[in-house]
Amino acid sequence: MTLKTILLGACSALALAGFFSTAASAETLTIATVNNGDMVRMQGLTSEFTKANPDIQINWVTLEENVLRERVTTDIATKGGQYDILTIGNYEVPIWAKQGWLLELNKLGDKYDANDILPAIKGGLTVNGKLYAAPFYGESAMIMYRKDLFEKAGLKMPENPTWEFIGDAARKITDRKADVNGICLRGKAGWGENMAFITALTNSFGGRWFDEKWTPQFDQPEWKAALQFYVDLMKDAGPAGASSNGFNENLTLFQQGKCGMWMDATVAASFVSNPKDSKVADKVGYALFPVKGEMKNHGNWLWSWNLAVPNSSKKADSAQKFISWATSKEYTQLVASKEGWANVPPGTRTSLYNNEEYKKAAAFAVPTLAAMNAADITKPTVKPVPYTGGQFVAIPEFQAIGTNVGQLFSAVVAGQSTVADALAQAQTATTREMKRAGYPK
Amino acid sequence: MARNVTTRHKISATVAAWIVALIIFFPILYTIITSIKTEPEAIAGFSLWPSGTFENYITVQTQRDYLKPFMNSVILSVGSTILALIIAIPSAWAMAFSPTKRTKDILMWMLSTKMMPAVAVLVPIYLLFRDFGLLDSRIGLTVMLTLINLPIVVWMLYTYFREIPGEILEAARMDGAGLWQEIVYVLTPMAVPGIASTLLLNIILAWNESFWTIRLSTTNAAPLTAFIASFSSPQGLFWAKLSAASTMAIAPILILGWFSQKQLVRGLTFGAVK
Repeated sequence: MTLKTILLGACSALALAGFFSTAASAETLTIATVNNGDMVRMQGLTSEFTKANPDIQINWVTLEENVLRERVTTDIATKGGQYDILTIGNYEVPIWAKQGWLLELNKLGDKYDANDILPAIKGGLTVNGKLYAAPFYGESAMIMYRKDLFEKAGLKMPENPTWEFIGDAARKITDRKADVNGICLRGKAGWGENMAFITALTNSFGGRWFDEKWTPQFDQPEWKAALQFYVDLMKDAGPAGASSNGFNENLTLFQQGKCGMWMDATVAASFVSNPKDSKVADKVGYALFPVKGEMKNHGNWLWSWNLAVPNSSKKADSAQKFISWATSKEYTQLVASKEGWANVPPGTRTSLYNNEEYKKAAAFAVPTLAAMNAADITKPTVKPVPYTGGQFVAIPEFQAIGTNVGQLFSAVVAGQSTVADALAQAQTATTREMKRAGYPK
Repeated sequence: MARNVTTRHKISATVAAWIVALIIFFPILYTIITSIKTEPEAIAGFSLWPSGTFENYITVQTQRDYLKPFMNSVILSVGSTILALIIAIPSAWAMAFSPTKRTKDILMWMLSTKMMPAVAVLVPIYLLFRDFGLLDSRIGLTVMLTLINLPIVVWMLYTYFREIPGEILEAARMDGAGLWQEIVYVLTPMAVPGIASTLLLNIILAWNESFWTIRLSTTNAAPLTAFIASFSSPQGLFWAKLSAASTMAIAPILILGWFSQKQLVRGLTFGAVK
């Protein structure tokens, strides 16, 4: 009897071991991502993917954006192989693809409609005709404004607003006693914070970061005009402590009814129009990013969060299978069925903007598409440039240079420096960094 | 009259102590208060009156699993502390009771490794971890945390051991105690308060270490520091959720500190008064 029990126990143990070894044979994909609403939603819906693909398991690594960038860069440069899928921006994709750090996405499947991806977005993810990342959501920049405050001030937002109009309107709407600021703009230092806005603003003023020989252009009149306009506007109509405000801080101010206008990423529209968090949800209007006078340049802000496979991944086929699922039209349908059309990831597919249900559920859909269509990252400004990128310059050195310049400009908003000094210092610092990096190349 | 002065002095000292304690504890208190606010409330401005919602805790637990990073934090902090003590007790003993001409230099050199910015050695350490297959492993992180905190542990134990009269150890040797018996049966029991406070302090330091634990782990070995970091968002409101995640992460170590405060204080003031 005892022997029988032992044998039975041994058999059971073997069977269990067999079971677990089968389970363990499932391939596990490690995905590095940021904590944005759309990414969190995707994590919640992962079970739908694993149900259809029981041989693939998903592990999420969610990090703060800058830490994620640093961690992924370290891992990819040292071929650490910790990640199978990366969430990266359209700033990194062309740089990393040229370095040979990313695998071409050529196994997304026959059903994957790559031609449906918005051309402006797809262009930023393609190098030498090869797609290196698939967009999960995309954004441009636009004006979000309070229709009620405009009406009260006797103003009407034009279809194609100019900076001159925006400046006047912001000053007119400002009511310090009622704690209403005419305009809220980014002031927090960082290449992806204040410099995203200031670069787009300067593009629309006809300025550029570098000329064709990679000479910095901060000593040119366009930069002076753009920065002076921004600083004056923030002083006259911006909120207190604006030099510390980034996306989240301005989002809060706008949601609490403390901003007449806010110019930022189009993705903000879904937050400000959500009555759960926003006190002004039913009073928000949208308009294109302004132009300067007769210039037809809307700043060319274009950003997308994308999924890419590092070349150190040993599970590239499964990784592409997941990317194909997460960036497909079917995924959009899945989110719509579970969470409603207003919550689907925006700004990546043409078909979404042809969908009447989406347009009905999301009042910001049409303005978002208009903003994205107005952006061209290959020709960000009127004058010729040797780089691509709208609110950034797609070179590896830009993160450091952009943040350095961002700190100088943020100090002007804080009243610690002047426009002339900041521009002169930006010119000197950028010239030095570019020489050190070996430009022109 | 003298009694009145003493009483007044005692009251003012107590009040001052409470004020200082409250100032030091306030950031933690405000984190806890923010964790039971709604997101709009959390970001609306300074307020000590939350609506008392526990929604953030539910959201945090729904979005990410708390138990796994919690267990990793326990394993890493306890494991690295034990390992550090095993190495540090004999080292500190040798330096305290058999000092050489170079002992002070060695101690200074050990401490100087703490002065180097961690990011300066990120790539070489990352490459070593990759080559030894230690990325995202508890063993790798335990070793890393041990090495990070070892200088402090050795320094603290060295200071405590120096307070123990060498004559007691000599007496033990006279009675026939070997090296091992001397350390285990004579030195260690006498230095228990010092060792206990070193142990507790090291657990706290290891629990809170975030630079290496975030950079050398992904999912399997990621502790609570990575759990907190995952709730920061570049686009969207997250303060209340982040506060809930922080509260969940600091609660265990706070409770440990609360229960062991007597040992901590006793150890930290050990030898302070001669």
